[in-house]
Amino acid sequence: MREGQATASAVWPGRRWARLRRAALGYVFIGPWLLAFLLFELIPLVMAFVFSLTEYSVVGPMRWAGLANYWEMFTRDPLFWISLGNTVFYIVFAVPLGIAAAFTLALLLNQPVRGTALLRTLFYLPAVVPTVAASIVWLWIFDTRRGILNLPLIALGLEPIRWLSSPEWAKPALILMSLWGIGGSMVIYLAGLQGIPGELYEAAAIDGASAWQRLRFITIPLMTPTILFTLIMGIISSFQVFNAAFIMTGGGPLNATLFYMLHIYNNAFSFFRMGYAAAMAVILFLLVLGLTAIIFGTSERWVYYGGGK
Amino acid sequence: MSRRLSSLLVQHGLVYTVLIPGSILTLIPLLWTISTSLKTLDQLNVYPPSWIPNPVAWWNYRELFEIQPIPLYLRNTLIVVAAWEIGGLISCSFVAYGFARLRFPGRDFFFMLLLSTMMMPYIVRLIPLFVIYTKLGWINTFLPLIIPPLLARNPFYIFLFRQFFRTIPEELADAARIDGCSEFGIWWRIILPLSKPAMAAVAIFAFQSAWDDFLAPLIYMGNRPELRTLAVGLYYFRNMPGQLPMVHYLMAMSVLMIIPVLLVFAFGQRYFIRGVAMSGLKG
Repeated sequence: MREGQATASAVWPGRRWARLRRAALGYVFIGPWLLAFLLFELIPLVMAFVFSLTEYSVVGPMRWAGLANYWEMFTRDPLFWISLGNTVFYIVFAVPLGIAAAFTLALLLNQPVRGTALLRTLFYLPAVVPTVAASIVWLWIFDTRRGILNLPLIALGLEPIRWLSSPEWAKPALILMSLWGIGGSMVIYLAGLQGIPGELYEAAAIDGASAWQRLRFITIPLMTPTILFTLIMGIISSFQVFNAAFIMTGGGPLNATLFYMLHIYNNAFSFFRMGYAAAMAVILFLLVLGLTAIIFGTSERWVYYGGGK
Repeated sequence: MSRRLSSLLVQHGLVYTVLIPGSILTLIPLLWTISTSLKTLDQLNVYPPSWIPNPVAWWNYRELFEIQPIPLYLRNTLIVVAAWEIGGLISCSFVAYGFARLRFPGRDFFFMLLLSTMMMPYIVRLIPLFVIYTKLGWINTFLPLIIPPLLARNPFYIFLFRQFFRTIPEELADAARIDGCSEFGIWWRIILPLSKPAMAAVAIFAFQSAWDDFLAPLIYMGNRPELRTLAVGLYYFRNMPGQLPMVHYLMAMSVLMIIPVLLVFAFGQRYFIRGVAMSGLKG
């Protein structure tokens, strides 16, 4: 025992040097990311918090404003609440509908049926279409008189729907359009489904479980971690919905599609109210953080983590 | 046997009755776009509209090139794409090697930090960065669009590479180490050549993201027509002041923008799908 210790301490300086060298090497490798994190994430985040306490137009001087931006947001800017409400509306419909549709598609495409490889590709295609091109395409599809969506209505002699030019339909139209691009989560679900061991289904079949019971008691519980992941990522990205509304409606009609990000954009880059925009961005950051925490908090009750933990 | 056959038929019937109409509905917007891009102005206003344009107005595309500087937009877009590709393939794989194969204090903490940045809304950094770039004189240059991607800024690509690197047997690297190969050499000469599927996936993702990028090129260089990318150019084409751009030209430009991503997707589908699927796996 003593001898061992003596040898160890004799070797120690060399080992320590080697360990230090290895640690330094590790930081050399992750260095580019650390630098990028510092320059493009951490410093801007801190600056956003500081900006949110000021009045700043980029060209003029920066003036300390305390909590005035937040005060204005909560009490004197009706558009803040409208944009938050629009965004919540969008999330509440687009995220669950997207998950349900993508999950159903994945279930069907996972059946041992001929032609699923081709069908998978077809369903995935819209997800690779650039968002700007998709927005231009859907503008034409939603066109009241000549859009393909209203053709059946016009053919039946019904009144065409003013998809993008009426306040009631504009949000549902954008939600409908978002469902076109669910290919990404469909592929994630497919990968999850293929990871479920076949023995589970065989055992259930021997026990006489129906297709519905297999879905309810095997597939869905085992897919809950994947669903949790897509739910959180879906909420985060839907909070930041921007391109389609910016290009297609510009927030209208009557602010019906003025989403949170659009209101930030207008303040920052149309009115150059950087302080106010930064305050809104900080609130968005806190909302996303809080919501993610809440969902993780509830996840223990509905997410199945196989066996341990 | 007959019971199995009938249940098989039911299964097929059920799947097909949902999937085939569904896939047609999914494709209609794309087919309709192509159809519209090949119509004359007169045909656009015909009711009911036809799917097959007659005559097929190929010249719409030639005219589009006359009214919009497509090659210029393409060049600008490709500059951004190049930065994303170099940064994605070289910088991100380099960083990922550190996270995947080296042991050092703080590694797991920084990896969690890296994953958590994926959840940060990008507008939070966009506003301060816009101010910083303005002060640096970077607005209306390519710098804000190429410097950040060149550094390993994309956590998702790092994550993808890390997951892949961890599946490569450690013995290969150990053998090289005994032969006196440095860690840089192992990353460059052993790990990277074995990581072609991951590189293909990241290459495709980077192409698609850079091609799709809209808000950043819009605010950093959208004011200068000669610096616009395809995405920004298409946006301004639709919002041209003074005259209404005609739908067939807009659809033609959309088709031109969609074709390259579809080609990239078609050639790399295998790797691409695997990469998307991996994004759902936990670290």
